[in-house]
Amino acid sequence: MTAIPDTARPARRIPLRGLNFAIAIFVVLYAGIAVLQPNYLEAALFMNFLRRAAPLAILACGQLYVILSGGFDLSMGAVVTLVVLAASMLIGGDPEMSWPVIGALYAMGLAVGLANGAIVAFLKVPSIIATLGTMLLVNGLALAWSGGAPRGDLPDNFRNLGRLVLRDVPLVGTLPVAVIILAVATLLMGWGLHRTAYGRRLLAVGDNPRAAELAGVPVKPTRISAFVVSALAAVTAGILIGGFSGVSVNAGRGLELQAIAACVIGGAQLLGGRGSVVGALFGALSLFALFTLLNLLGLPQALRDSLQGVILIAAVGASVLRHRRST
Amino acid sequence: MQVRSILAVTLAVAFSTAAYAQEFNDPAEFKKQRELLSTKAEGPEGKPWEQHLGGAMVDTAKFKKDGPHTICFSNAGVFNPWRVVGLNNMKGEAALQKDRIKELVILDAEGKDDKQISDIQSLLDGGKCDVLVVSPTTTAALTPAVEAACEKLPVIVFDRGVNTKCPVTYIHPVGGYGFGITSAEFIASKLPKGANVLAIRIVPGVDVLETRYSAAKSIFDEAGLNVIGSEFTGSDRAKTKSVVEDYINRGQKIDAVWMDAGDTATAALEAFEDAGLPYPVISGEDQQDFLRKWQKEKLVAIAPSYPTYQWRTPIIAALDILDGKPVPGPEWNLPQPAITQETLASYIDERMPALHYSLCGCQDLPGYPEQWGGK
Amino acid sequence: MSVDTLSAGRARRGFRDLPVPLVVIALAAIIYVAAAVITGQTNQISLPGLSGLLQRTVALGLVGLGQTFAILVGSIDLSVAALISSVAVLASYLMQGDPGMIVPAILACLALALVIGAVNGGLVAYWGINPLIATLSTGLILQGVLAAGYTYWSGRVAPEFQALAYQSLFGVPLPVLLLAVLALLAWFVLAKTRFGAHLYAVGGNPDGAKLAGLRVERFVLAAHVIASLGACVAGLYLAARLQSGTPWIGRDGIYDLESIAIVVIGGTVLSGGKGGVLGTLAGVLLFASLDASFNMFGVDAFLKQVLRGAIVIAAVAVYAVRNKGHVA
Repeated sequence: MTAIPDTARPARRIPLRGLNFAIAIFVVLYAGIAVLQPNYLEAALFMNFLRRAAPLAILACGQLYVILSGGFDLSMGAVVTLVVLAASMLIGGDPEMSWPVIGALYAMGLAVGLANGAIVAFLKVPSIIATLGTMLLVNGLALAWSGGAPRGDLPDNFRNLGRLVLRDVPLVGTLPVAVIILAVATLLMGWGLHRTAYGRRLLAVGDNPRAAELAGVPVKPTRISAFVVSALAAVTAGILIGGFSGVSVNAGRGLELQAIAACVIGGAQLLGGRGSVVGALFGALSLFALFTLLNLLGLPQALRDSLQGVILIAAVGASVLRHRRST
Repeated sequence: MQVRSILAVTLAVAFSTAAYAQEFNDPAEFKKQRELLSTKAEGPEGKPWEQHLGGAMVDTAKFKKDGPHTICFSNAGVFNPWRVVGLNNMKGEAALQKDRIKELVILDAEGKDDKQISDIQSLLDGGKCDVLVVSPTTTAALTPAVEAACEKLPVIVFDRGVNTKCPVTYIHPVGGYGFGITSAEFIASKLPKGANVLAIRIVPGVDVLETRYSAAKSIFDEAGLNVIGSEFTGSDRAKTKSVVEDYINRGQKIDAVWMDAGDTATAALEAFEDAGLPYPVISGEDQQDFLRKWQKEKLVAIAPSYPTYQWRTPIIAALDILDGKPVPGPEWNLPQPAITQETLASYIDERMPALHYSLCGCQDLPGYPEQWGGK
Repeated sequence: MSVDTLSAGRARRGFRDLPVPLVVIALAAIIYVAAAVITGQTNQISLPGLSGLLQRTVALGLVGLGQTFAILVGSIDLSVAALISSVAVLASYLMQGDPGMIVPAILACLALALVIGAVNGGLVAYWGINPLIATLSTGLILQGVLAAGYTYWSGRVAPEFQALAYQSLFGVPLPVLLLAVLALLAWFVLAKTRFGAHLYAVGGNPDGAKLAGLRVERFVLAAHVIASLGACVAGLYLAARLQSGTPWIGRDGIYDLESIAIVVIGGTVLSGGKGGVLGTLAGVLLFASLDASFNMFGVDAFLKQVLRGAIVIAAVAVYAVRNKGHVA
């Protein structure tokens, strides 16, 4: 283990209250769903809910790494689109190609993450602009490559990653493959952030990069790694989304902002310093529960956007008030 | 407190605007399009992009000019597969007529009205164009720019129209009401009174889509069918599948799914598959993935169309106009066929990509199928 | 989003010492002229060609001017796109083609912008909500209400109002003059008034400004109101140019992210306190000449996105790379 710099200490204050808050929001929203539609309390429907929310939850956890390092990753949605289109074209409906192509997809994600990180760390371009640039770039490349109407198809073994539901599983009854992937991914990212020296360095970098550097933290590699984690999370989410619903040219549209919103609902502080994977996970689940609730309420679509805005302000505003009171 | 009051205000707004105005419900246009659907097309057999449904011809002798010509095209954008296929059709038609065309200049407005106005302006300033083709982003916005262009050269508008009669001709298929009529009448014919229909739509407030829904809704109401929901999914497949799953989970039986555009039809069907339910009666569109699923799963389905072959017509019209030949106008109504069980097999082409539109009329064009992404 | 500028005071010779706006303007000019020469469309360098180029800068430029203020105080405004749509729809609804309603409609739009700006500023400055989330949310709320009520609010602007967007004075389009006048005004406020100096102080070092007795919250609020006013003028311009507003013009124009991009390309620092409107104008000129050059070359729509992405990064990197320390 590396020595942990002193400066990291204030950043280690993972607010328990923050965690509880995202969980509380989720519980309230899900209770709202259950009131309208009691069968959502059945294990099978809850699992199905998790299956649908899994991509957003994984995106949020990846985004959290970048947020904690003090930046933003706006290119996640574009990476999702790239993954869905690339998978369809490279696999071309041949099941034997699925696994090698998934490897290739992660390689692409790695490249995007490294590029994002290097642009921010070495060229000193603010991450919001750097990733806005790569967002345009990656999206444009994906569409240019596919000519706007992708060839090929996704075979069943690829689709199953996001679609298959295992039946007759002990304890839970049904278990979607996507939920297993979600569990593995969040555990992995949670472990990396909260249980390793690397995670503490990341928090230190986001909290105060200069202090972290003086304390001997390799700031540039740490920041680059955060973008890599985020891009790999986006690849995973892209595989799940492609699996869940198939090929589409706008699979990732708008997901980057949803992921950032999920992190913030989960108590993460933008520009670094505070946040947790559990918070991001439940932030994403809350957001998804909100979408589902608004669906069930049958409000006009347009007003769902409005209500989403109100709830975002309310959630973040409430957390601001609580922190103000506690300091 | 603040939070609660904001919520209260929003909910108040929500309920006050819950009822939608019916600006897109024009009975006269509905009737006209219904008649056009059964009008016999005039023009060369088997080439619907050269045919027209009734209407007058306009004299174009004053535009006669020696070739080869430069055709300029201001495109709203290529933001969905329909427009991608369409643009390929147009380029294909231009390649077919390459002896008569010096250059096809295409400016892409990326969906921005403001940019498209500037694009048209710069085409006029450039002075190269012999004829201008416009596919407007929105109807009202492009009117002044098109009027300015009309003063300098012949203009052809297609897909969406403009609020002026100055273009030589406005090319379009029957229209949104026609699309809604074809699909809803099929669904109504397959279901008893009181059956449930779920409507899946792209976005609100867009004229060409709202008219599809308003026509379908009035037919469902007339037939006594129950529209249990009308949901916007922004052509997002994941969202479509989620929304349909939510409706399935409500426990209400869904007998039919009506779609205002078919690009997420297969995602809607997958929601039924995953829930272990039988497929509903469904209306999609002429995309390959839907047609293949229809054939494979023996669905009860129809594919109305807003055919992409209309992108060939402007090139044909442009060359006719510059030859001084009369063309159908000031409105050129193209036939708008639907794919039914009987004709299904003839429209399936396994070589083509999943999101390819079958009524492209592009099979005889140079570069088919590779240029359209086929193999 | 803190950019460390240890090197700011260090003297070094070479092109890196040139002010950012000049570098960006030169880049824009080189791209445009090169495109015109290479493709043989030299008539695009004529007066009509250039005025067409400037016309492309108007809408984004107006939003960018306002956004510059928000970013200078260390905030950001993502609600501008929705506000542009709202203003355009409101203006065309209130006018309904009646010239007598031009002034009331403009006043109503300004009032709406004041309210939205005040709400944004209040959420950010007084409630302490992160500006990204606060303005993203107000944007969502506006967009939702707009889409829900749009069918009730259709209309069109008065022909006299529309003419304003298409007329020229001495060969210069009126909207370009409007942008120039407002840019001059913004420059004057920032460079020559105490309010401007205080805005820089608040953005550069909020704690210091507070210690010096400035009411930081008020300046953040004011900056957000100005950002909203910029979006309002852009919305009015678009309503005039497009004859009537639709609920999507702001979103389809991507005015939120693009306005931020041009401000940053122009050298204004995202953490606040450094930059100005000249840079923003340079940034919008770069975007416009890219648009025009892509047209001249006939670049494929998807490839355009790729190139634009690369150029955004490159344009910022050119001068950002000399910063010492770390950016966010």
